[in-house]
Amino acid sequence: MNSHTYEYEYLDGNAAGGELSNIFTMDVTAAKGQCAHCGATKRFAEAHLYMQAPGVVARCAVCEHVILRFVKGRQRAFLDLSGMTCLILDTSQPQEC
Amino acid sequence: MMWRVGTVVALHDETATARTIALKVPDWPGHIAGQHVDVRLTASDGYSAVRSYSIASAPNAEKRVELTVERLPNGEVSPYLTQELAVGDRLELRGPIGGWFVWRTQQTEPIQLVAGGSGIVPLMAMIRWRASTGSTAPFRLLYSVREPGAVFYRDDLQALSDRDNKVTLTYAYTRVAPKDWSRPPGRIDAALIAQTTWPSNLSPTCYVCGPTSFVESAAGLLTAIGNNPDKIRTERFGPTGDRK
Amino acid sequence: MGIISRGFSGRRSAADAKLPPGQYLTTDFPVLSAGPTPHIPLDQWEFVIDDGTNVLRQWDWKSFRDLPTETFTVDLHCVTRWSKLGTSWEGVSVDTMLADVKTDASYAMARSYGDYTTNLPLKDLRNGQAWIAFRFDNKDLAPEHGGPARLLVPHLYLWKSAKWVKGLTLMSHDKPGFWESLGYHTYGDPWREQRYSGDE
Repeated sequence: MNSHTYEYEYLDGNAAGGELSNIFTMDVTAAKGQCAHCGATKRFAEAHLYMQAPGVVARCAVCEHVILRFVKGRQRAFLDLSGMTCLILDTSQPQEC
Repeated sequence: MMWRVGTVVALHDETATARTIALKVPDWPGHIAGQHVDVRLTASDGYSAVRSYSIASAPNAEKRVELTVERLPNGEVSPYLTQELAVGDRLELRGPIGGWFVWRTQQTEPIQLVAGGSGIVPLMAMIRWRASTGSTAPFRLLYSVREPGAVFYRDDLQALSDRDNKVTLTYAYTRVAPKDWSRPPGRIDAALIAQTTWPSNLSPTCYVCGPTSFVESAAGLLTAIGNNPDKIRTERFGPTGDRK
Repeated sequence: MGIISRGFSGRRSAADAKLPPGQYLTTDFPVLSAGPTPHIPLDQWEFVIDDGTNVLRQWDWKSFRDLPTETFTVDLHCVTRWSKLGTSWEGVSVDTMLADVKTDASYAMARSYGDYTTNLPLKDLRNGQAWIAFRFDNKDLAPEHGGPARLLVPHLYLWKSAKWVKGLTLMSHDKPGFWESLGYHTYGDPWREQRYSGDE
């Protein structure tokens, strides 16, 4: 990529499951997402997640471009999926045992 | 997903710095082995903090949820949960969360579990669920810790690796090994992966959990011996092993 | 609000000082980030003021460090509700950086290594209100806090104080940066509690 080095400070998409349950009624961690920048398709659970921020920021594990951003404001929540070409969710698996 | 309230019914120290908190959550919908919860603490002036913790207990019919929390030196929440929280206190939880880093009994293929430190917690839920359902899915666990005193669930793991239909268990000590331990202290490496994990031609499903750097390293070693990246499921706990 | 957790107070101390509404005092210095920490070698660092088309001024690390500096003590207010009072810094005043820049622009987009941006009115970067800071608490600014240099604009919420700053793009019209485009307030005055767009 470039000469900048990155440390292992990120979480992964699993950690965003609680926050994103505000929007997605189906499990998003198992969903496959395609990065709009590099085209890599991976489970959202593999995304590099930065949650110690004013909002949730998920980045492509391959190229680090932002694939999802989520902010919960006072009366509105903002979701930016412009970094993801599509998200494929599995509707068949229940979340309870 | 709504916030539910659980009551602490038992506390058990796993190590000098880690404690298992058993909660009774009356409206708990049940969970799948591997899932986690978000825990929210609120101070009297309204200040709140949220952290994620994996569920250590297997799914059960008693509305019981167990969390094992490691106390971090500069933590804001973990010192409270491991030292202040008492039996009878209430805790807010959101969950269960996660549909990827889970194991269901319908999966009969070989399962390779790789834990780094507190990453053992969700894997223990899987091991316990396998035991309580009598599943015969072949399970192997590679559990990496700093030193013997840092092992969680040692007795339970001992019992489950001793009997028929056992979980094959390998400890890897990274800083201090027990006396007479055959392998000198050190991080897991290609040799250990080759010696102790399922051969990749058996197409195991692998679950790797722990601090982010551990997960990246272990997942890389698993792919290097031929496991398909699609067969490796990961859960990262951040740089220090703390989520958020 | 959630149920009260008996005996929990978090990493905070009691405040006699007046804080902006909705803020809590911390003695810590939380690290909040929207992406990986860039590590920029000083021999590659540069700071560029441009207008979107032309470079107006630029510095490398040596020429930047030749500029006159100030030491100053300010309070920090983060939109995630923590405030840290009496923090000491050393930096170059943005007035110094803008000294020879002729512009009609009313706004600026601060740009960082990584992909972070944040927009501000140019007048909020002038008149002793903003610095490019490179030392905190008598030590070189650590990468996790925005080193080698960050923008510091303490009268606004801390998300406006772009870490790992690499330049300013001067604009005639306001455009939203990273968080402003996702529902955060375009200006961000902590004393009027302007956290989200729509807050007065």
